[in-house]
Amino acid sequence: MIQVKVKKDAYYDSVFLMQVSQELNEIEGVTEAVVAMGTPHNKELLASRGFLDQALDCASANDLVVVVKGAGKGVFGRVWRRLEELLHPKCEAEETREFQAGSLDGALQGASGVNFALISLPGAYAGVEAKKALARGLHVMVFSDNVSLEEEVELKKYAQGKGLLLLGPDCGTAIIQGYPLGFANEVKRGNVGLVGAAGTGIQEVSTLIDRLGGGISHAIGTGGRDLSEEVGGLTMLQGIAALAKDPFTKVLVVISKPPSDSVAKKVVFALEASGKPAVVCFLGRSGGEEGKRVRFAETLEEAAFLAVVLGGGVSEQGKEDALGAKAAEEGKKLKEEQRYLRGLFSGGTLCAEALFLLSKKGITAWSNIHLDSKLKLVDLWKSRKHCLVDLGDDVFTVGRPHPMIDPTLRIERILREAEDPETAVLLLDIVLGYGAHPDPGGVLIPSIAKAKHEVEKRGGYLSVVASVTGTDQDPQVYSLQKEKLEKAGVAILPSNAQAALYAAMVLEKGQKI
Amino acid sequence: MRQDRLGNLLSAQLSVVNLGLEAFAEPLRRKGVRVVQVDWKPPAGGDQKLAQAVMEMREKRGEAIEKANQEAVERILSARPTLVGIGQALLDVPGMGKRMILHAGPPVTWERMCGPLRGGVIGGILYEGWARNPEEAVELAVSGEISFEPCHHHQAVGPMAGIITPSMPVWILENKTFGNKAFATLNEGLGKVLRYGAYSKEVIEKLKWMEETLAPVLTKGLSLRGEVDMKSLISQALQMGDEGHNRNRGGTSLLFRELCSAMVQSDAKREEISQVLDFLHGNDHFFLNLTMASAKCSMDPSAGIEYSSLIYCMARNGTDFGIRVSGLGDRWYTAPAPMVQGLYLPGFSEEDAAPDMGDSAITETYGIGGFAMAAAPAIVKFVGGSAKDALTTTRRMSEITLAENNAYQIPYLDFRGTPTGIDLLKVVETGILPAINTGIAHKEPGIGMVGAGLVKPPAACFLDAAHDFIIKYL
Repeated sequence: MIQVKVKKDAYYDSVFLMQVSQELNEIEGVTEAVVAMGTPHNKELLASRGFLDQALDCASANDLVVVVKGAGKGVFGRVWRRLEELLHPKCEAEETREFQAGSLDGALQGASGVNFALISLPGAYAGVEAKKALARGLHVMVFSDNVSLEEEVELKKYAQGKGLLLLGPDCGTAIIQGYPLGFANEVKRGNVGLVGAAGTGIQEVSTLIDRLGGGISHAIGTGGRDLSEEVGGLTMLQGIAALAKDPFTKVLVVISKPPSDSVAKKVVFALEASGKPAVVCFLGRSGGEEGKRVRFAETLEEAAFLAVVLGGGVSEQGKEDALGAKAAEEGKKLKEEQRYLRGLFSGGTLCAEALFLLSKKGITAWSNIHLDSKLKLVDLWKSRKHCLVDLGDDVFTVGRPHPMIDPTLRIERILREAEDPETAVLLLDIVLGYGAHPDPGGVLIPSIAKAKHEVEKRGGYLSVVASVTGTDQDPQVYSLQKEKLEKAGVAILPSNAQAALYAAMVLEKGQKI
Repeated sequence: MRQDRLGNLLSAQLSVVNLGLEAFAEPLRRKGVRVVQVDWKPPAGGDQKLAQAVMEMREKRGEAIEKANQEAVERILSARPTLVGIGQALLDVPGMGKRMILHAGPPVTWERMCGPLRGGVIGGILYEGWARNPEEAVELAVSGEISFEPCHHHQAVGPMAGIITPSMPVWILENKTFGNKAFATLNEGLGKVLRYGAYSKEVIEKLKWMEETLAPVLTKGLSLRGEVDMKSLISQALQMGDEGHNRNRGGTSLLFRELCSAMVQSDAKREEISQVLDFLHGNDHFFLNLTMASAKCSMDPSAGIEYSSLIYCMARNGTDFGIRVSGLGDRWYTAPAPMVQGLYLPGFSEEDAAPDMGDSAITETYGIGGFAMAAAPAIVKFVGGSAKDALTTTRRMSEITLAENNAYQIPYLDFRGTPTGIDLLKVVETGILPAINTGIAHKEPGIGMVGAGLVKPPAACFLDAAHDFIIKYL
């Protein structure tokens, strides 16, 4: 039985609603529950899943739509009660809660001195609000994606004209003056300034710098398209200029997927002009024309290491000699038919880094983020041969939160990979920090244990390799996450790059390549 | 300067406004960064094209619009609504016909009228003696022999059904700054009354008494007392816990004080004076119609200003909710009248309610009523129950208005002026709709009031008006 409810003029954030949906789905007797705003897109989605109802047709983007499929006594009563509880949480501090304005201008009217706008609205509206915020003289970070490329260019030019910084759109991570914005980690303050077009890239580099004994002055996210030919690195160049003048920043680090040659040149030129030592990591591009001040790093880990050294820190690039032996030992437990590596990533940049490193080791893997169309995974729901999947792909995030928040998909996928007799090694990334799942490692452990058990029942062995992106100051605590996972039989490597290489070693020592 | 701004981000104390996920605010707050959260709604009812167009409009025509709106709101603030006397609809209301009935809201035909509005029409016909019973009254109404026109087309306003028939006595208000007038009937009190669609014998008898006793005695008092400055009375009433729409106890008491002595001194019969004073004492809402007519004559001069996006009229007839915009002439933009979120009298529920009705939203248009909710803690039950909800309502409205009132102040908000002059473009940009206080009529004719509450206008009429505004001026 299906019941539909439309609440008129009741707007909620989509991420919040996904959490509500998830809670409703956990109620006994519910087979499917969807809670969403009545946008044309959501209505289409519902229709495509066979939910057709007159009430839905009339719903607008301002109306809350709830569709519940379920059976059993009193199930709908429970659902509607729970829904109300979730939508209207009893807040003890209600009395003391400040007045919340309903618009940007209203908020600015009531508060003087605001200088930064953080925007995580649906992409379709984010651009308009960002423009307004820029017009009011605020620096802006747009966390939202789905802002069109043309709008991005227009907004960035507008920001530049006003001498303001626009981080994003699709900027997941930033750290300004030590304050975490969006999905950021708790890292020590220091003398390394980052500018990155890759969210998890910034997270990986900043946490590695922290764990290597260095620190971050600021980390400026630019959004993933900033270094495209069309945008021309507008935000990155502004960011470099700002960090060049910043007295706390002694070393600059730039992180991005490989940009076009012309944009790359501009970026390197700006770094040279900054007068400060700099590290460039155009992920997967080996080397570049080294100038007086600019060094190139192939991996995020190398970038972090170079930055710490250039910043005057003394750091040994920690590589355990025993690793090879350990990998060999694991590799030997693999059965004949266990031949393949399966990577399940929540961070797109981390997936790209692993893909690059594996290919350098001669392991050709399929992936949904592969630039080579011949190796691009078409059916994302099914792995083939060596295979690295970025679970943050739009295909997976329609109607559910990003895998860094919601582990459901990865849990299912771990079990599915274990069913495949050819799976030898599982490679995972565990990303900590603000905004991420409260226990991203722990939540995977039951499925990892089950997967290992299933493979062992067949007489094989499942090697699980992971890295944890985070610090001990993060809410999830790096060392606790590491310990937990190691106890569950997961090999934890100090970086994503090392995890990928270790996974390759397991395969090699087992001579299964 | 430009570089300074960039450097500023990295050195000045960070102070953040957060639009979207509230979770992002928490780590910042814990570290002592001030974060202002916005309770955001999609602009333009989710119509992105319209939201974009409004933004373009601001960029290209911003100056002209701002200038026009300043002019419009200046006219509202400089208005001096004054009670000058009591007249008779047929003689005093401009364009009033002998066989004409005025009603609340935008134009509506008998066929499309809601139950209580029909009830009001039936009552009006019986009151005028054009029919002997309700059945005959309906026949007459259907026949087309009576013309129905909105009060607003005749410089008049009426609460709920807003029925004005030719013989009815009417308040005459004059805006001393601009010389224009406005008219409204005298308030009948609560319970079974014409404006809520009741037309029984006692309803008609009371209307007759109002015509034959109430109006003449008040007129005698008024002529001795002289003209009454309404702006002063309304501003005092707001400081006595009225908001000028759903609570009128303060205003009614003030009027009683103003007129009492003059009526006693007049040559009216003692017994009639006593009846009138008892009636005023027993009818907390008596002041409402005066407030409405004051609002009407204050708003009218702000109509018809090119480039002005000021909403100078909001009114409902129980079928349609309509608005009129200064820069768009006298055209009504309408959408189906919504249901009222309210509290019900014992024995009634939502099932019994008619949709939103009445010209009384002129008070909100004028910057009081729901917009002055923070002044009326006694009636916060209508807006959610706590005094904080009342404050929120008023503060929210300042996000869609052009000015703070120069006379109507809210003690609790450090005597800030009430949010005055609704800007159509701001409504569209923010997705915030005007908050309107109102009464609730029974959906069937002849029953009367069943409750009171708060109504959110339909977004569609604002969006339609915005479309036309863009077509005309962009």
